[in-house]
Amino acid sequence: MRLADLTQHAGEWLRGEGPMYDVVISSRVRLARNLAGMPFLGKCTETQQQEIEQRLRTEVLAGPAAPEMFYVDVRAAGELDRRLLVERHLISRQHAEASHPRGVAVSGDETVALMINEEDHLRMQVLRTGFQLAQAFEDISRIDDALEQRLDFAFHSRYGYLTACPTNVGTGLRVSVMLHLPALKMTGQIEKLFHAASDMHLEVRGLYGEGTEATGDFFQISNQTTLGKSEQQIVSEFVDTMVPSFVQYERRAREALLAERPAAIDDKVARSVALLRSARLMSSDETMYLLSLVRLGANLRRVEGMDLKTINELFLLTQPAHLQRILNREMTPDQRAAARADYLRRRLNLN
Amino acid sequence: MKNQCDKCGKPATVYLTEIVGGQKIEKHLCEHCAAAEGITIKSNVPISQLLEDFILQSAGGEDEASEPTCEVCGMTFSQFRQGGRLGCPNDYDAFAKPLAPLLERAHEGATHHMGKVPHRADSGQKKQAAILRLRAQLKAAIADEDYERAAVLRDQIKEFESS
Repeated sequence: MRLADLTQHAGEWLRGEGPMYDVVISSRVRLARNLAGMPFLGKCTETQQQEIEQRLRTEVLAGPAAPEMFYVDVRAAGELDRRLLVERHLISRQHAEASHPRGVAVSGDETVALMINEEDHLRMQVLRTGFQLAQAFEDISRIDDALEQRLDFAFHSRYGYLTACPTNVGTGLRVSVMLHLPALKMTGQIEKLFHAASDMHLEVRGLYGEGTEATGDFFQISNQTTLGKSEQQIVSEFVDTMVPSFVQYERRAREALLAERPAAIDDKVARSVALLRSARLMSSDETMYLLSLVRLGANLRRVEGMDLKTINELFLLTQPAHLQRILNREMTPDQRAAARADYLRRRLNLN
Repeated sequence: MKNQCDKCGKPATVYLTEIVGGQKIEKHLCEHCAAAEGITIKSNVPISQLLEDFILQSAGGEDEASEPTCEVCGMTFSQFRQGGRLGCPNDYDAFAKPLAPLLERAHEGATHHMGKVPHRADSGQKKQAAILRLRAQLKAAIADEDYERAAVLRDQIKEFESS
C-alpha cells in the first residue's frame, strides 16, 4: 500500500453507512501519549526528535496490525501528498505544515492513523464511518495496550497521562463525531445547539478541526474535558446521551421542514443538483455547500439517481489536493475551479 | 417579557430576579452591563481561549527571581504562558501550584486522573524523572563537546530504559 493508491477512492470513514448515518458522518477517537523520560516535542533537540520518530516508527510497525500498515515520512513527503493526508483526515494541518522529523503510520483501510511527533510524541486516532464510537474506542484501546507492552508513556499518579498541552492531560482522550446538520442550520436552530454543546463542555469545530470554519453544514463535536473522568465515562456520555440527542434534533428539524415546506426543500436540492451537473467553474466551498444539500435530499429520498456513496466520495475527491492528484497535474485555484466543475459534471451525469 | 437591557437598551440576554428586603426586583441586562454589575455569565469559551485568558490574566508584574522554573528542561512558567505548551513531564510538578487553577478551569473542576493506568505504571515516576534528568545532562554534555561523559550518560539512559 502506498500513498498514491489512496486517491482513487474514499477512506472507510466516508463509506456512507453505519448507525445513524443520515446525521453522523463519522466517529473519531484520539489518544495523546508521550514517551517517558523524554522532553515534550518543543524542548527536544532535533536529534531527540529523530530518536523519537525512529523508536515509535519501529514500535508501531511491529504491532499485530503491522502487515496492513504503511508509513509516510511526513517531513520527506511533498506538499501535495501532505495536503492529501490532511484532506483524508489522516494527519492534522499542524502536522502537515511543521518542519521537524515526523511521520504517520496508517492502516490499509485508513481507520487507524498514528501520528508521530505532532504536538505530542504520539497521537493515535481511529476513524470510523457512521456512529461507531464504542467500536472505535475498543480499537484504539487495543492499540494502546499493545504499545504499552513495549513502551513507557509519561504518566503521573495524580494527573494521569502527561501531555504537552495541559488541556489534554489525564486520559489524553478526545472523542468526536462529525455531524451533518443542514436542517438545524436552515431553520436557524444551530445556535441553540452550540449553546447546548458549550453547556455540556463540548467543543464545536469545522470539518478540518481546530480553527476551521464549519463549511457545508458539517460540524465536529468533541469533548473538552480529559481529566477527572474515566475513558468509559467520556465515551458513554457521547454514546448514550449527547450524540443521540443531537441526532434527534436534526431529524426532527428535517421532518418539520418536509411537513411544512416540502417545495422549499425540493427546490434547494434540485437547484444544487442542476448546478453541480452543469456549472463550468466551481470552488471547493461552493461544492461543499451544494453537495451538503444533495446529501440532505438523498437522505430524505427527495432526489433520484444520487447515491450517498458517490456524494460522500465527491466531498473528498473534489478537494484541492485530491483533484490535482486524480488529474495528475498541479493547478492554480482558477484552473482547479474549472477542473472541479468538469469532474463533477462527468461523475454526476453518468447516473 | 422585556427584551431590552435596563441600562443601555441593547438586547438583554441576562434575566435576574433578586429578592431584596422581601421586595422582588427583576433585572434585564445585556451581557456587557451584566459583567459591569459583577454578575458573571457562563459563556461559550473555547478551550484555546480559556488558556489565552489565563495566560493574559496572570501575565506581567511578577518577580522574575521567584518565578517557577523546571530544573530538568529549563522552562520557566512565563515561557509556558507565552507558548501554551509545557517543556517536559517534570513541568507538571515544577509548576504544580500555578498550573492547578488552570487545570481545574479547563477540566470542569477536576483535580485528579480517574482513567486508565498503564500496566507498567509501577516502574514509576521516579524512574521517569531520573531518565529525564540524565537526558538533560546528556544534552549539556553534547553542547560542551564532552563526548566521553555523553557516552557514559547514554549508556546509563539505555540501562534505565531497559530495566
